[in-house]
Amino acid sequence: MPLSAVLRRGLPALPLPSWPWRITWLYLGLILLLPIGGLLLKASNVGPAQFWEIATSPVALATYRISFGLALFAGLLNGVFGLVIAWALVRSSFPGQRLLDALIDLPFALPTAVAGLALTAVYGSEGWLGAPLLKFFGLKVSYTWVGVGVAMVFISLPFVVRAVEPVLRALEREQEEAAWSLGASPSQTLFRVVLPQLMPAILAGVAQGYSRAVGEYGSVVMISSNVPFKDLITPTLIVQKLEEYDVQGATVIGAVMLLFSLLSLLVINGIQFWGRQISADINTAI
Amino acid sequence: MALPSNLPSVHEPVPRTPTPRKNNAARPHVAGLLIPLIACVYVGVVILLPALEVVVGAFSEGIGPFLANFSDPDLLSALRLTLFVAMIAVPANTIFGLAAATAIARRQFRGKALLLTIIDLPFSISPVVVGLMLVLLYSPTHGIFGSVVESTGWKILFSWPAIVLATIIVTFPFMAREVIPTLEEEGWDQEEAARTLGANNWQVFWKVTLPSVRWAALYGLILTTARALGEFGAVSVVSGNIAGLTQTLPLFVEDAYKQYHTQLAYGAAVTLGGVAIVSLLLKLLLEHLLEQDKKEPVSDN
Repeated sequence: MPLSAVLRRGLPALPLPSWPWRITWLYLGLILLLPIGGLLLKASNVGPAQFWEIATSPVALATYRISFGLALFAGLLNGVFGLVIAWALVRSSFPGQRLLDALIDLPFALPTAVAGLALTAVYGSEGWLGAPLLKFFGLKVSYTWVGVGVAMVFISLPFVVRAVEPVLRALEREQEEAAWSLGASPSQTLFRVVLPQLMPAILAGVAQGYSRAVGEYGSVVMISSNVPFKDLITPTLIVQKLEEYDVQGATVIGAVMLLFSLLSLLVINGIQFWGRQISADINTAI
Repeated sequence: MALPSNLPSVHEPVPRTPTPRKNNAARPHVAGLLIPLIACVYVGVVILLPALEVVVGAFSEGIGPFLANFSDPDLLSALRLTLFVAMIAVPANTIFGLAAATAIARRQFRGKALLLTIIDLPFSISPVVVGLMLVLLYSPTHGIFGSVVESTGWKILFSWPAIVLATIIVTFPFMAREVIPTLEEEGWDQEEAARTLGANNWQVFWKVTLPSVRWAALYGLILTTARALGEFGAVSVVSGNIAGLTQTLPLFVEDAYKQYHTQLAYGAAVTLGGVAIVSLLLKLLLEHLLEQDKKEPVSDN
């Protein structure tokens, strides 16, 4: 092609102009935005007073307590242990490290129904963990709210590990060595030099795990007895309402969960933005 | 602000210096044992033991009864439906993921972060809510498009089209998310070179862009497939869960377990779990290949 022709047409800004965009927007619109819009439209047809009444009915409030409360517990527990696991993967070397690394991803890869079956069996009254827990502590896990919590811990475990790992890997050991050589004790180094830099990643991982645990259905529905006010989670309440042909009730609760998802995405993005700023600050300071 | 200001300054008495050296040496010793131990015990209890119990449960009566599971007509029908759904959902999402990546990855525009967040939405929406959305669109009685669907005579809800749609929604971010960062890292140079040499858009895409993201795309493909085969929540809401007709393999696992067909449930679960293990192994292999790719840049021009 002669140079003049290139100049006349202008250098192409994209390797494939326009139609990848068309596919992207058409697909996003039809597959994702249309259903979201449909749910919001149906929910807005309910009317504010009735919406509020359904969204804050005693059954719904009880499921929020279980879903959002237990998910918070699971998220925080994995915040602590996720940091320990990430530390073990990055800062030490021991036999079986690769296996540990691979196992972390299992909750991502395992279908939730399989996870639910596995957890229900292992924590059941005859399971490897359920039997001793029942015998020595009188603790029943499967088919109680404890089991729901266990399933949420399982499902949200990888998030903190995978969020912290790259940040910990990128952390300059010189900083810690500098802190030590300036006389800081190991705990001072950990709490004042290392943890502040890991905090955004930890929080982002906790928030992602929390959001996943709140929405989780497959594994929880199997390990829970799905009794209202006892161990019924919000997603299962939506399913039960649909099964009872209470489409309006399902729509309202579904809209509440959708709004929560949007909010948590906003929070996660905010935390990640904050994290980038912290690392930028540190880089300019050095 | 690399160091907190209230740490002792360098000008303090010299004798402090040897102490941290000792700390330095002692630290990896204790932490080096304790931290991996805690990590292994936690992962062992939370992940490994449950996974092992399913495997042991599936083979508890030997390999014969395990294989006998696969003559169950409902299990076979569920397996067929699951594979059929994946065969539509995975290629559709692959095309979308590659299109979105080529459109978005190397351009800076206002709203790019927002668009990437929108693509990530299915990760944070509960699968049950995804199913509910499809019910509200396509249900013949309550759906927004209910009357349209009815007049065409198509069956979407409680049939395979809704199962495919639900699977597509839940799995479509994987491909785009894997390919976009890789494409962002790659430069423009090779594509522009190809273009100056007279290649058209298709040629650039097939011969330059796609090969440069091949491992990321393959990884995205594995993740999409694994999730498509295993999706439970969204599918359970829209499928109707009729054994032998609209029941996928994950739904079969739950149903069989609830009906006390424990052996069948374990058999189906191990089959699905096997897919998960294979995808993890392939992931490890791909990471290895990616590392090698970075060490020796490809020179195949």
